[in-house]
Amino acid sequence: MKQFLGFIKKEFYHIFRDPRTLLVLFGIPVAQLLIFGYVVTTEVKNISVAILDRSKDDVTREITQKIIESDYFTLTQNLQSDTQIEEVFKTGNIKEVIVFEPNFAQKLGRDGTAQIQLIADASDANTANLIVNYTSAIISDYVQKQNKLQLMPMQIKPEVRMVFNESLQSVYMFVPGTMALILMLVSAMMTSISIAREKELGTMEVLLVSPLKPAQIIIGKVIPYVALAFINAVTIIVLGNLIFGMPVNGSLTLLLAESLLFISLALSLGILISTIAKTQQVAMFISLFALMLPTIMLSGFIFPIENMPVVLQMISHIMPPKYFIIIIKNIMIKGTGFGFVWKETLVLIAMMMVFILLSVKKFKIRLQ
Amino acid sequence: MTNKPIIKVENLVKKFGNFVANDHLNFEVYEGEIFGFLGANGAGKTTAIRILCGLSTPTSGNLNVAGFDIYKQTELIKRNIGYMSQKFSLYENLTLKENIRFYAGIYGLSSKEINKRMDNLLETLKIGDLRDKLIGSLPLGWKQKLAFSVAIFHRPRIVFLDEPTGGVDPITRRQFWDLIYQAANDGITIFVTTHYMDEAEYCDRVSIMVDGRIEALDTPAGLKKTYKVSNMDEVFLKLARAS
Amino acid sequence: MRTIGIIIRKEFIQIFRDKTMLPIIIVMPFVQLLVLVFAATFEMKQINMVIVDQDQSASSRRLISKFEGSPFFTIDGSTFSDEQANDELLAGRSDIILKIPNGFEKNLVSGEVSDVQLLVNAINATVAGLTNAYSNYVIADFNKQMISENVNIIQPVKLKSVDVTYSYWYNPELNYKIYMLPGILVILITIIGAFLAALNIVREKEMGTIEQINVTPVQKFQFITGKLVPFWIIAMFELGFGLTLGKIIFDIPIVGNLGVLFGFAGVYLLVALGLGLLVSTMASTQQQVMFIIFFFLLTFIMMSGIFTPVESMPDWAQKVNIINPFAYFMRVIRMVLLKGSGFRDISREFFSLLIYAAIILSLAVWRYRKTA
Repeated sequence: MKQFLGFIKKEFYHIFRDPRTLLVLFGIPVAQLLIFGYVVTTEVKNISVAILDRSKDDVTREITQKIIESDYFTLTQNLQSDTQIEEVFKTGNIKEVIVFEPNFAQKLGRDGTAQIQLIADASDANTANLIVNYTSAIISDYVQKQNKLQLMPMQIKPEVRMVFNESLQSVYMFVPGTMALILMLVSAMMTSISIAREKELGTMEVLLVSPLKPAQIIIGKVIPYVALAFINAVTIIVLGNLIFGMPVNGSLTLLLAESLLFISLALSLGILISTIAKTQQVAMFISLFALMLPTIMLSGFIFPIENMPVVLQMISHIMPPKYFIIIIKNIMIKGTGFGFVWKETLVLIAMMMVFILLSVKKFKIRLQ
Repeated sequence: MTNKPIIKVENLVKKFGNFVANDHLNFEVYEGEIFGFLGANGAGKTTAIRILCGLSTPTSGNLNVAGFDIYKQTELIKRNIGYMSQKFSLYENLTLKENIRFYAGIYGLSSKEINKRMDNLLETLKIGDLRDKLIGSLPLGWKQKLAFSVAIFHRPRIVFLDEPTGGVDPITRRQFWDLIYQAANDGITIFVTTHYMDEAEYCDRVSIMVDGRIEALDTPAGLKKTYKVSNMDEVFLKLARAS
Repeated sequence: MRTIGIIIRKEFIQIFRDKTMLPIIIVMPFVQLLVLVFAATFEMKQINMVIVDQDQSASSRRLISKFEGSPFFTIDGSTFSDEQANDELLAGRSDIILKIPNGFEKNLVSGEVSDVQLLVNAINATVAGLTNAYSNYVIADFNKQMISENVNIIQPVKLKSVDVTYSYWYNPELNYKIYMLPGILVILITIIGAFLAALNIVREKEMGTIEQINVTPVQKFQFITGKLVPFWIIAMFELGFGLTLGKIIFDIPIVGNLGVLFGFAGVYLLVALGLGLLVSTMASTQQQVMFIIFFFLLTFIMMSGIFTPVESMPDWAQKVNIINPFAYFMRVIRMVLLKGSGFRDISREFFSLLIYAAIILSLAVWRYRKTA
């Protein structure tokens, strides 16, 4: 036992000796949280638009004014002819061109109808879709005000409530997502690399002939990373709350316990990777390269799983972060208790057992 | 062997922070000799050898290797020396042939010349069948011998060997020294560090370092005479205890 | 030149000899590319709706059938209890609840405005926004029908209207895959190239072979070039292969000039790999390199505009993107492939990266120490 404690101390020392690594490990959750909070927003803001106004009358100017007054758009250029449209799209900044037909005000007054054409750069289909929707909303808003349209009778007026997230903030998505991403990558990567390192430098053999049991060696190597990853989890919860107002509506204890479970799962995945990888390079490529994009894209973090093709939905069932994200969203946002997340918890435990069993099996084969 | 110095070291000092690894070293190595650089682990041997090879810069002192100044003409020195480090330094995942081609190629040997010398080498060592074996699959003794052969493949004027026989059995060590003698016969100056005192007997002259200083420098016979003992082991123990 | 060639040859032998790394480098990126492109979609396929119909009238059933008729909505339950409906939302089984209050039809036919309630699960704000928009379309459609059926009751008013037409250039079907594929490809080839380059030098340090190279007369720029070129070639090759796959499987448009694209990619990779080498020359263990590169990679990828438009990011983020090589290439590869932008359109990015490459590679050569 004393040897074991000494070994753990050595591992802690090894990690905390290198300030650069430490800075990166503690800096990652903070940086990612800030990036997702401030930078990667799915909201559309300050989109550059160009106007091709063939009429140049009071009404077109007024509509233009309405459009650029909104937060969504900035008027970057006034075009003179059709040929310029292609040109401005190709240089890249302008995402939409708004075209008013000639004699716009006149037609609107005389015929009661006039035409606006919205041309969007749809190479980014999502953004194009949103921009066009926003622009048409602004235009129809303007028209309605012109008509001083009262609510007509025999109509349904829907009253919409955004449940769990009244003001439609993205924080409810990115805090759980960031937490899953960071814990998964950092834990799996750190463990697999540090064990692979001992193998590559030949020091693993030395450890194996020591009186420590193999299980003790592995646990000793993993414990410091459990501590580190747990600090990361707490950092994300605290910062998410202080900076972005992410609540913890459910039990904090349950939240921390689930985080610990997820960390242990990621660490056992890391151990499994290290039994396969002979070098640090291989360990890193598997734990980072193979895990990063799938964790971001197949876990429901950014793209909703329900919208994916069936095959991908099936693949997403084997992605541990998916379950973790469901669990922490439930606890943090909906404030539900263990009764609502026990199934997901069981899945995570089962996955962890599988990783550990496979690792033990691989490890034994190697020793023979 | 001549008395023409090929390495001149005057007042070499190397400090790491407050720690003085080399404390005013003064010595000369003559062209064609086997110069033994002895000392316990941590005495400062590796630090000195790395400085002479241009892998590390001295804190102060005048040093001249193969006629070139160590501060200004480092790259010229590198053309004229070979080095075999303590850490095994052939690529384990390359074959013998590929390792030789790589290192000799960097020294600018032509492919024709490389092939000629390689055939020679394989024949002398009677290891033609090892040519396409991965270095990683060979026993340690062979790895060491091959590392030495690669270090002198480009026929340097001096070769620096840092504990070349660490961890190998006595028979292989003997064979290794045969290779060193052969290289010396071919006119290569040998600068070798070791902490095996029996190997000191094979050298033309030895220096003994204790705690960063050179405490003695003479032929093995001369040293035994000065300290009135029968073997180098005792010379070393006497010096080490004195400090 | 010959020295550089010798280093390059050695690196290639080592890369192709490593039977574990080879599939990771060659197969894994393309498997990921094929799988992940399908995942990247915001298109709504199915919105699960629970109905609480307390009116049980012809009109309420008509509204419900409108929702049933919409391709977006699936009615997967109806109940009379608010609580039960809320539970469905809480458990995440449904995305939206439609509550039709008692007296719905009465209000409607008496000519008043009738209320319905929509409760949207808004944890994912983007999805909630779309859900809301789609349900509003359905309700607007219902309203329109009501007006036209009761046109004799309602006073016809002459209204002004603006006819808005849309055209989506470069991607009329709003296919998101053709936008994501180049982006994912950029990430994959960069991770491979930058990590291989970064781990390479430090690995030689850790193994001790670098000493043997440092005692040779090899020049610093020769060494760095020899370490750069193999990974540059691999990354370029993978870019080509990835685009070929994209063309065959996803039929991504290649509108622009491939010469321009690969020319730009070449310069981009110099920067990405150069950054890797720079980190490698400064670190002493592979572990350090991995953590540092991992940090920058994750940050740079997220800020590059792969998922969200750079223009919507705050000013400071756009300033940070000046040193983010991903941001340049992410933009340019999409411009050239999808819109056919030519060299003139991307020349600013091109020359910026060229200068960037020169700085980074000089730094890497300067930082690489043959003498400790």
